[in-house]
Amino acid sequence: MILSPRNGGILLGVVFFAAVLLVKPIGVSTQFVILDGMIWDLFAPEVVVVDETAKSGYASPNAYLDKSGGSYAKNVANPLNYSFVFVIAMMAGALVSALLRGGVGREERTMPAVWRANFGDSPAKRYAAVFVAGFIVLFGARLAGGCTSGHMMSGMMQTALSGYVFAAGAFLAAIPVALILFRKEA
Amino acid sequence: MTEMLLAIVLGAAFGATLDRIGATNPGYIIRMLNLTETHLMKTIFTGIGVASVLLFGGLLLGVVDPGHLSVKSAYAGVFIGGLLLGAGFAVAGYCPGTGLTALATGRKDALFFAIGGLCGAAAYMVSYEDFAGSAMLADIAGGKTTLGLIEGAGYPALFESLSGEILGIAVGVVFIAIGLLLPHRLTGKPRSIAAE
Repeated sequence: MILSPRNGGILLGVVFFAAVLLVKPIGVSTQFVILDGMIWDLFAPEVVVVDETAKSGYASPNAYLDKSGGSYAKNVANPLNYSFVFVIAMMAGALVSALLRGGVGREERTMPAVWRANFGDSPAKRYAAVFVAGFIVLFGARLAGGCTSGHMMSGMMQTALSGYVFAAGAFLAAIPVALILFRKEA
Repeated sequence: MTEMLLAIVLGAAFGATLDRIGATNPGYIIRMLNLTETHLMKTIFTGIGVASVLLFGGLLLGVVDPGHLSVKSAYAGVFIGGLLLGAGFAVAGYCPGTGLTALATGRKDALFFAIGGLCGAAAYMVSYEDFAGSAMLADIAGGKTTLGLIEGAGYPALFESLSGEILGIAVGVVFIAIGLLLPHRLTGKPRSIAAE
């Protein structure tokens, strides 16, 4: 079952706090870059190289993987690092939780009811729209240097200016787009 | 090794929480954004507030190591990137974390979101050189800035004379209050019946 906003909010807050208390603030979108780097490295091993002169010990001809002393390059070379394992565990935790509450219904698995009410039940249309949306979301998240978890939740909880700037941008776009696209309720 | 164990425990707890608050269901996200059901918005406000109160309370009590804080830089790209993310977020009902957890719960559209996301991140990766050094990525207001000054964290503050810890608790309390008091829907009209 879905938790009430009060109980769900308390649980969410405790998890975000526990992460900072024990390790560091939660963030997810960077791991898309790390997985991209791992896939890229499979086909072009020269994309991540050992470099003793770099701060992280690794370097890359790609400026993004090479930034901050090659820290992304290092994580691509060593995927069993905290942040990447965290994301894998996050997916496992969601799966277990979903199974315990009876799983996601067959209809829902292709698209949410509110999408169906507004755009019909063509899976291809939904998949195409979501693919493009995913592209924009992750491009935006990397440009911003974080996503909903890193900037909005972790950032705002630390009273980071960047967190408020990000949240302002995100909702300024998200609410009008949703109001225009989803006029019919499911 | 302890760090790996913490990654597994904290990651699993976060994923399970996202599922239990409805965030793995794009319907909840879309209804939050078209203002017809604020369930998730109330949860998020409460969550940020609770985390903030615990964090800054913990800092005051000396339980939390200020070195564990990690404040990101503010720059124009944070806002532009936020706009982009927001637009995609509304279309899909997914953000990076909830997209991956939704995929794990068996949602097939989330797979296309994740593949699109990998392509979008790759596009940024290869175009980063064009952004690097531009005004888009130049720090504003000191960069890694917090509202008040947080003892021992080493970040610049917007209001240097104010205690970052007290301000953090106050902001947290306001967020919790918003989370609890926000009405269940923000559009005035009653539940409409879809008409063709």
